[in-house]
Amino acid sequence: MTETTSAPGTTETVEEFAARARAWLAENMPRIDPENPPLRDRGEEGPWLRARELQKKLWEGGFAGICFPREYGGLGLPIEYQKAFDQESRHYELPIILNTPTFTICAATILDTGSEEQKRQHISAALRGEEVLVQLLSEPSGGSDLAGVITRADRKGDKWVINGAKTWSTSAFAADYGLMLARTNWDVPKHEGLTMFLVPMKSPGITLRRIKQINGSIEFCEEFFDNLELGDDAVIGEVNGGWAVASRQLYHERRAVGGGSEFASGIGAEGKTDVPIDYVKILAAVGQSDNERLREMAGRALVHRAVRDQLIDHVYHGVLDGSLPPASGSIIRITHADIHALEFDTVLSITGSSGVVDVGDDLLKFGERYLTRQTAALGGGTTEIARNIIGERVLGFPREYAADRGVPFKDVKRNKS
Amino acid sequence: MTEAANPERLLFATTTQSFLEKEASLARVRELHDAGISFEPDWWRRAAELGWTSLLVPEELGGGSVSGGVSGGVKDLALVAEIAGKTVAPGPLHPVSIVLSALADAPEGHESAIEALIAGEAVASWAVYEPGQAWAPLEPTVTATRTDSGYRIDGVKDRVEAGADSSLLLVVAACDGAVRQFLVPTDSPGVRIERQHSLDLVKSYARVQFNGVEVDASAAVGTAEQTADLIARQSQIALMLQCAEIVGVLDTVLAFTIQWGFDRHSFGRPLGSYQALKHKYADLKIWFEACRATTNAAVAEVADRSPAADRAVSVAKSYVGEYAPGMIQNCIQLHGGIGVTWEHDLHLFLRRVTLYRSLYGTPEDHNLRVYALTELESAS
Repeated sequence: MTETTSAPGTTETVEEFAARARAWLAENMPRIDPENPPLRDRGEEGPWLRARELQKKLWEGGFAGICFPREYGGLGLPIEYQKAFDQESRHYELPIILNTPTFTICAATILDTGSEEQKRQHISAALRGEEVLVQLLSEPSGGSDLAGVITRADRKGDKWVINGAKTWSTSAFAADYGLMLARTNWDVPKHEGLTMFLVPMKSPGITLRRIKQINGSIEFCEEFFDNLELGDDAVIGEVNGGWAVASRQLYHERRAVGGGSEFASGIGAEGKTDVPIDYVKILAAVGQSDNERLREMAGRALVHRAVRDQLIDHVYHGVLDGSLPPASGSIIRITHADIHALEFDTVLSITGSSGVVDVGDDLLKFGERYLTRQTAALGGGTTEIARNIIGERVLGFPREYAADRGVPFKDVKRNKS
Repeated sequence: MTEAANPERLLFATTTQSFLEKEASLARVRELHDAGISFEPDWWRRAAELGWTSLLVPEELGGGSVSGGVSGGVKDLALVAEIAGKTVAPGPLHPVSIVLSALADAPEGHESAIEALIAGEAVASWAVYEPGQAWAPLEPTVTATRTDSGYRIDGVKDRVEAGADSSLLLVVAACDGAVRQFLVPTDSPGVRIERQHSLDLVKSYARVQFNGVEVDASAAVGTAEQTADLIARQSQIALMLQCAEIVGVLDTVLAFTIQWGFDRHSFGRPLGSYQALKHKYADLKIWFEACRATTNAAVAEVADRSPAADRAVSVAKSYVGEYAPGMIQNCIQLHGGIGVTWEHDLHLFLRRVTLYRSLYGTPEDHNLRVYALTELESAS
């Protein structure tokens, strides 16, 4: 499917590998109850420091980057080994918050498009737990039209000078580097004048602000660039070739959002907003364990959850064997949003008034989760765009009309201010 | 579903497909319907010669499959069902396979029936539903009473697929406080069969009355202890076949509906260029791949006789049964007025899929089952 899938580099069977992982995990990693994982808030500093420590342990134990190539610090193994490790590690605390975007999107993109030096430096640093990576793509001026970014990188002597703003960058406050898309040529159509930079987040010239979401989370950030200076070594891919790099990020993001990336390690919940809903427990809590109507509703949600997992596997292997085009990752992306909507709607129905008034039964959190339902249909690219992608790049229907196609970017109409 | 790696399997698929295209085309389905025929016995014998009926039977009992053993046979059978879905083929593939899955696991005394079913000379069906009752295979009211020489069967079954075209029925009955199954010839005295029409153009069902029907002790299939497992396996085969055939239907209907989106022009543009329709097409593609994914997963669990097979077939049936009819209704909408005519083939596909949606448990029944299985797991 991608240039990033590497050939097996071991003679150890999956079973032998799993047995070795089992023994190592028992010796080295903290045990958890997968039904009640430690509740981590991605918006706080603590969980990130903790994740770095845990990642360092994985690295030292030889279990970091199972599907990343060996020359960049990984193990170079096929996805079956990663899946076996995921199963073995279910009862242990893992640095799951590093999966997305650090490993599944940023490191995967650097692997596809970075220079040899960038790959050696950043992928292995991430695998050692020394670097957290983020994406700096969306801008306050526009959402889905990513190629229309207006953050500018101007050439001054042998430096690039960056001015503009980025938003919706996941956990940027905790990051060391960000993949930042900026406009380097305004005289060509929008896709042709972009360059991707790898920006050190602690540079002078960057001001970071947190965004507070409906559920109170402050994980997402907004960054303002005022004459931030970067060298040529910060360019990922070609100057004015940034769209190719961004496309790889989007490709990896769509797969990652639904849980279809081989670069993710560990399958537990990421934090308190991500714990799977236990319908049996909730029906008992509202005294409705024998209510057939609610049992049927919950059963339907469980069916959809199971099908989502089967679909991820099916699409992953379909893209790998060529029976589905790479753009089919968007199928996973949409299914992810749909299952979230179905589960949150279902749990809102089942909890009834306990989901909206705190009567002391600890069910109000499900009402809170319902309020954030649409984040799954927005983050990582909206489901509307994903449906365009399936219609156009999987089924082959004509592209949507775009008024900016072939027009020099400086002449494209922008927001009325 | 197709594992193209095996050349023998590929040949089996090609042979099956060309046989069905030639002898069970949509035009042929319409002819059979007009003539009031469900399927022709000679046609079924020739289908059996292609190997369809031997797949669930081990070699020592005269069966065999191209993918190897009964496990491979389950996968091959799902492939046959998928191909049959492409032309909503007639024939008793489902009931014969369901009965053979039981006989293959409890063959004592039924060797000649197995042989006749594999040869396509006999047709058998599972008499499991009862009038006025939902899908509850383990709660029969039909009774089997011990006699000096065997059993006497009394009661009524209905929704027996191809019941009027079968020479043998596998009857679920309550016997001495246990659930048992008996293989009953339809020409036994006391058996009365009335045809029941279905939504499908060629699939027919039957109401079967058993009035003091006497059978030998050897008519019993499996022991009392074995019966729950046999019925579980039969249900798995039934549900897997429904899902696989529906995947074949959807594959075909989506292919010609997508082509329509390229070919049909309105206001000087192809239909598929309109975003509202493009998004509808995208959803169809997503749901189709999900139907295929969950069906493949169910087939794999059934083939492995995995303890997870019960849950996997219920997940697949719930999902495929819920989505497939609505997907075809969407395809009708995308076709416009021509889609609701008798002349267009869309309704042939819609009929088959809607029929399967509600037999062997509705999606809602299977949602309840998945919940109950989950509850059981979390209790242990």
